[in-house]
Amino acid sequence: MLGINTQALFGQLLLGLINGSFYALLSLGLAVIFGMLNIINFAHGALFMMGAFCAYFLLTWFDLNYWWALVLAPLIIGAFGIVIQHTLLRRIAGLDHLYSLLLTFGLALIIQGVFLNYYGSSGLPYAIPTALQGGTNLGFMFLPNYRAWVVVVSLVVCLATWFLIERTRFGSYLRAATENPQLVSAFGINVPLMITLTYGLGVGLAALAGVLAAPINQVRPLMGADFIIVVFAVVVIGGMGSILGSIVTGFALGIIEGLTKYFYPEASNTVVFLLMVLVLLVKPTGLTGKAA
Amino acid sequence: MTTTTARQDAQPRRTIGDELTVFIVMAILLVIVPLTSIYPYFVMQALCFALFACAFNLFLGYSGLLSFGHAMFLGTAGYVCGHAAKVWGFSPELAILAGTAASAVLGLLSGIVAIRRQGIYFAMITLGLAQLMYFFYLQAKFTHGEDGIQGIPQGMLFGFLDLSKPMTLYYVVVAVFLLAFLLIWRIINSPFGEVLKSIRENEQRAISLGYKVDRYKLMAFVLSATLSGLAGAVKVIVAQNASLTDVHWSMSGEVVLMVLLGGLGTIYGPVVGAFLVIAMQQYLAGAGQWVVVIQGVIFVVCVMTFRRGIVGEVAHLFKRSL
Repeated sequence: MLGINTQALFGQLLLGLINGSFYALLSLGLAVIFGMLNIINFAHGALFMMGAFCAYFLLTWFDLNYWWALVLAPLIIGAFGIVIQHTLLRRIAGLDHLYSLLLTFGLALIIQGVFLNYYGSSGLPYAIPTALQGGTNLGFMFLPNYRAWVVVVSLVVCLATWFLIERTRFGSYLRAATENPQLVSAFGINVPLMITLTYGLGVGLAALAGVLAAPINQVRPLMGADFIIVVFAVVVIGGMGSILGSIVTGFALGIIEGLTKYFYPEASNTVVFLLMVLVLLVKPTGLTGKAA
Repeated sequence: MTTTTARQDAQPRRTIGDELTVFIVMAILLVIVPLTSIYPYFVMQALCFALFACAFNLFLGYSGLLSFGHAMFLGTAGYVCGHAAKVWGFSPELAILAGTAASAVLGLLSGIVAIRRQGIYFAMITLGLAQLMYFFYLQAKFTHGEDGIQGIPQGMLFGFLDLSKPMTLYYVVVAVFLLAFLLIWRIINSPFGEVLKSIRENEQRAISLGYKVDRYKLMAFVLSATLSGLAGAVKVIVAQNASLTDVHWSMSGEVVLMVLLGGLGTIYGPVVGAFLVIAMQQYLAGAGQWVVVIQGVIFVVCVMTFRRGIVGEVAHLFKRSL
């Protein structure tokens, strides 16, 4: 069974799709935050990891299962993000962008370092919820139910975020405030509040991705550290100008990575970065982005 | 995007005299270290990182672009130098030269790619390129993966200086550092350096004055990469091993920390920052991951409260440039 090539190929494609779901959720969060705050959130990987740990804590300390975690972890970590934004990021708004990058990098080091001290670098197990255990045989491949669930949930959440920003009244305020904050606040809209909520939303998306990843990747302090560098490359390739663009690029690059794992595994770690170089040489603004 | 350039308020009149005085004091201190109880190996290591930080600062401080992938230059030069000295049997000066040249070439190639984007994107691109190199070195045969290249021979510099003697090695490292430092100082004070500063302050105006801005940035990037390579190559000769630590993204972060702590865009800041960060790692070696947490806290504190860095604050206090 396992030796058959199509099995392995579809297996890698599915893994790619899963990774693509995380890339999409994380790069979407980065794009939303960038649009409103004009910063790159280097702590995004650490917050993704906190989402997974939050799910683990909810289960072991409060006996709240996966379904609770799916709702509560994004809210809790999102609130944590709001505190960070309110106490730190808000105070350096308007300074050269490099300071926000360095600040969030420092925060990532602190968060990861603290978790490493208490939990080491090995992973903590987090069981797949009973309702999603097992799998379905599709004839050409075996599809684990949980993995299908992850892809579906992240697609739905991505599209919901797109809908929120591009199609609702709140989203139109948000987009207007991105273009011209002074004018929008002159219309009586509380722009600082919107900035804070946006950061919370982006962080919540990262935490949600963390909860989804917990049963697959185990809960590890460094689970987001290398991941976020790939997501940065995804963001460079896709450009941060369009919400839909970052979703599509995220999924597409996950799939490409999966295909590379099958056809040329040696390059699977580097293919996203090589694509980044290629895109920069051909279309420096990124596939969907406007000039920075 | 209207952002204030962070360093412009910390630029008082240039006083070459002060800078020279400090240089002479620094040189004398370095020469007399072996007479004190300070461990020379620590100073040599710190000097390599100080050179690395100065090279990094040459680019960030004077072009305003944050590279988050400078570890690739430190590490590449280290691997090439180590391999040349150990496997090819190069003499130390040729091995160091080979390593430095490798970083220069890598600097040119990565610069051509990265200079195409600015601001935040530049940081992400350089980080991605460095990660690409990291995975390359992780898989390449000659680097020996997780083990690294060990037991690199130190050999005879120019055929008569035996680098396996600690005192000889120490003074050679001090000489390399001081010469490279003077070179960086010269670059900053050259017409080329002035153009760089004008691009940092107002890129549009520099363009309208007819400067080919991208070429200046690329040139500065290649210079910075080359000198980072020199630091990496010398470091490998000192430590006698080349490992993945030097190409990891955390090393790229560490050099940013050194420069930020010491003072961005100041001449002596990177040196002070490098010595402090290396000393901290040395004394807190037993504290495990808390070192990383402390580094993170320093980042946050520096960004929130003293963005000029230590040397920058001192210089500001005395209204001097240092």
